[in-house]
Amino acid sequence: MNHMPLLRKLLLGTLAMFAFAFALVPLYDVFCDVTGLNGKPSMEQARQSERVDNSREVTVSFTTHAQSGAPFKVSAQQQSVVVKPGEMSLVTFAAANTSDQARVMQAIPSVSPGLAAKYLHKLACFCFDQQTLQANEQQEYQLRFYVDPALPPEYEELTLSYTLFDISAKHSESLVAAAR
Amino acid sequence: MSTAAATHEHHGPATGIKRWLFTTNHKDIGTLYLLFSLLMFLTGGAMAMVIRAELFQPGLQLVDPHFFNQMTTVHGLIMVFGAVMPAFTGLANWMIPMMIGAPDMALPRMNNWSFWILPFAFAILLMSLFMDGGGPAFGWTFYAPLSTTYSNDNTALFVFAIHIMGISSIMGAINVIVTIVNLRAPGMKWMKLPLFVWTWLITAFLLIAVMPVLAGAVTMVLTDKYFGTDFFNAAGGGDPVMFQHIFWFFGHPEVYIMILPAFGIISTIVPTFSRKKLFGYSSMVYATASIALLSFVVWAHHMFTTGMPLAGELFFMYSTMLISVPTGVKVFNWVATMWRGSISFEAPMMFAIAFIVLFTLGGFSGLMLAITPVDFQYHDTYFVVAHFHYVLVTGAVFSIMAAAYYWLPKWTGHMYNTRLAKWHFWMSLISVNVLFFPMHFVGLAGMPRRIPDYALQFADFNAIISIGGFAFGLSQLLFVAVVFKCIKAGEKAPAKVWDGAEGLEWQVASPAPYHTFETPPEVK
Ligand code: HEM
Ligand SMILES: [Cu+2]
Repeated sequence: MNHMPLLRKLLLGTLAMFAFAFALVPLYDVFCDVTGLNGKPSMEQARQSERVDNSREVTVSFTTHAQSGAPFKVSAQQQSVVVKPGEMSLVTFAAANTSDQARVMQAIPSVSPGLAAKYLHKLACFCFDQQTLQANEQQEYQLRFYVDPALPPEYEELTLSYTLFDISAKHSESLVAAAR
Repeated sequence: MSTAAATHEHHGPATGIKRWLFTTNHKDIGTLYLLFSLLMFLTGGAMAMVIRAELFQPGLQLVDPHFFNQMTTVHGLIMVFGAVMPAFTGLANWMIPMMIGAPDMALPRMNNWSFWILPFAFAILLMSLFMDGGGPAFGWTFYAPLSTTYSNDNTALFVFAIHIMGISSIMGAINVIVTIVNLRAPGMKWMKLPLFVWTWLITAFLLIAVMPVLAGAVTMVLTDKYFGTDFFNAAGGGDPVMFQHIFWFFGHPEVYIMILPAFGIISTIVPTFSRKKLFGYSSMVYATASIALLSFVVWAHHMFTTGMPLAGELFFMYSTMLISVPTGVKVFNWVATMWRGSISFEAPMMFAIAFIVLFTLGGFSGLMLAITPVDFQYHDTYFVVAHFHYVLVTGAVFSIMAAAYYWLPKWTGHMYNTRLAKWHFWMSLISVNVLFFPMHFVGLAGMPRRIPDYALQFADFNAIISIGGFAFGLSQLLFVAVVFKCIKAGEKAPAKVWDGAEGLEWQVASPAPYHTFETPPEVK
């Protein structure tokens, strides 16, 4: 009995499933994008809105949270703003590196309720880039955003939260260069 | 790849250590798997004893929390990948060729490899416990970022160990499939296959489908930790929740990998000792297949509390509950088989009956966990620990014990000490319930799992649980005694050990000769 043909199929199946495990990564992102699950707002710069919806107002609040051990303090100067959908807003964030070493910060935004995430458009955000903060440096960042007029009416309050990560370890060389 | 024909040059087994190192004989390899599994069962059991000793009283007494976490992690890994899975592979090696009238497994060289890489995997895993920083301490589920950002440098050893275990079980599964598909004796039609063969065939497909996904998951953990990728790291655009999706896409089918062969064993033993044909043979086959298929669409019932949208929660709740339908069919068929049978209570049957009752209990607690709103309370408590120990210990492990008591005379040619076996059964039955039943209550009352210390109100129950644990651990030494005494000596067993038994394995002498069915038997 020649086992080769069946053996070959089964090995192929095994390899295909190994590849599938990695294919799950983009599939997951696509799935979340399409369905708008998991509250991930876009990390790309958006374009200005063409119209403003004057008939209603939405409250947008801001929170930040430093991931355990990340030596950053970032806070919005207004805790929340009331905006009309489509209307551009500017919010200033005060940021500080509380350690006495240069650090690289990456802020990751998240919107709650999660399904509303795709209606919050950012034109400028410190989260678009990695931010280098020198020892004990203080900085101000601008967030420019608007809420899409297409936001379903049941959402009256949104929260934009930033998680602050210390990613200096991945950038130790560029940090040394920057300090020079 | 060689075929069975290549092993036919010499007849009796070689002697000494070489026989075991180079063997390509399915019976030898089956024995190796079974003994290895027993060794791992005792090793993992010793770790459970450490866990229960620490939890005997509230407060931190014996081990530090980091070591405690290593014990829960490695206990889980060893029991899943070292004890239960190799035991089933060992049974498959021994029994499948004999049950389908084949001379050996289809790919005997690969069979040798798939066993002999296993000890290395577990040596690596166990060694990491003694290294600086200790072994894996992130739970057998190795959730990121615990296993990436917060794990120690020995995590690479864990990853390699899992890779090797995965390769071993994939090779084993491929071998099972090729054997069953290609080597059935003439007349052994699909719907005549013994159920143990059927359930293993389906299990083997599950293994091929999900072990590579596990390999992918550990590989991503490896690259995230050591090579700067960001699969699960939010700071780099990854997502830790995605880890759980990938893990449970493997993990839920994995729990069925550990129970489907058990269903096959119970479906073999219950008819023998009821002296009746199995009730509903074909519904058993279809139920097994539908359980296997459904197991791919229920994974997120482990993730109800991760913040899924309502539609997701509902989908996974209903699909999970749906699995209890084919499972219920099986339980019904076993009970219907016993109905008005002339039942005798030999050791294998006692374990099989205990399986039916206690596995069903584990299924019921599973159903409770499947109800999304209440899972928010039960999740990550001892209630979950109670659930999966009922399905895995009184389920999978009891079925393995039943199988050992059923076929041991066939393997060794000796009848074992039945008195001692019954002692083993009753001691195990009582202690396992003292051990796991109260866990339901401490879980419902809110005691979290995977903690070395707990609130004072749980003290009495935990003391009882620990006593049950030590008693269960000690009872297993009786099993070891029965097995080794039976290997050495005992009353001579006839070819057909149990008068109600059916199947080709009972047509060959006891002990089964080194080579069986070199010319295929006639199957009517
Ligand atoms: C009717 C059948 C079953 C149902 C409805 C069911 C349901 C569940 C649910 C909802 C959970 C997640 C609980 C939580 O973490 O909050 C769970 C956990 C678990 N189940 Fe089941 N289950 C069933 C059968 C089984 C079987 C047959 C096995 C294995 C043989 C099994 C093994 C496990 C394990 C190991 C866990 C815990 C995994 C971990 O978090 O470490 N279950 N089950
Ligand atoms: Cu599950």
